[in-house]
Amino acid sequence: MVIRVQAVPFDPGTEVNALHAANLGIGAVVSFVGYVRDFNDGQDVAGLFLEHYPGMTEKALGKIAEEAEQRWPLLRLEIVHRIGGLEPGEPIVFVGVASAHRQAAFDACNFIMDYLKTRAPFWKKETGAQGPRWVEGRASDQAAQQRWEK
Amino acid sequence: MKLDVQYFARYRETLGLDSESVVGAFTTIDDVRQALLQRGGVWAVLAEQNLMCARNQELCALDEPLGDGDEVAFFPTVTGG
Repeated sequence: MVIRVQAVPFDPGTEVNALHAANLGIGAVVSFVGYVRDFNDGQDVAGLFLEHYPGMTEKALGKIAEEAEQRWPLLRLEIVHRIGGLEPGEPIVFVGVASAHRQAAFDACNFIMDYLKTRAPFWKKETGAQGPRWVEGRASDQAAQQRWEK
Repeated sequence: MKLDVQYFARYRETLGLDSESVVGAFTTIDDVRQALLQRGGVWAVLAEQNLMCARNQELCALDEPLGDGDEVAFFPTVTGG
């Protein structure tokens, strides 16, 4: 597995191609890319700052990735998450999963995002015309994570 | 018992503090939280229902038992992704 927490931008296309490279046993790659939007909760967003918990962030992502590898027969797995300042339109998170068949890759990618949203120590602070404000957690994200526990 | 206590995001800003050493007799993380709440004022932020906590960089519940030298963290609901 590859886990990267970085302040510099990344290219989602490059990440997808690397996931498939030099492994002809891979029949499916599923990826998710999260982007910074220019609005949230009815307010304009001019920029975003991503705070995290150095040390714990990497451990938490590693644990989520390990659990996905135990649940599904995966051939490759990569998580990339930005930290620091971002602008609308920039990719903020990439999750890519490779497997022999599509269902494991679809499910594992979904699982990883649901756990990342609720268990990885990142916090978003938005800036805009109304001044800076911390993004609050959503109950729908908690519910999405809970469905995997059943 | 001596603990390294860390605060993140909105809590860090509200408290004006990112980390501190806390000394006392604590059995669980909640004992630490209760002691901090006793400080009054801005520390009431630690009474929020959606507070999350970690022991030695792993998420845990408030009844998590503690050991000497542990790293403890308090933070609001995470919002990455």
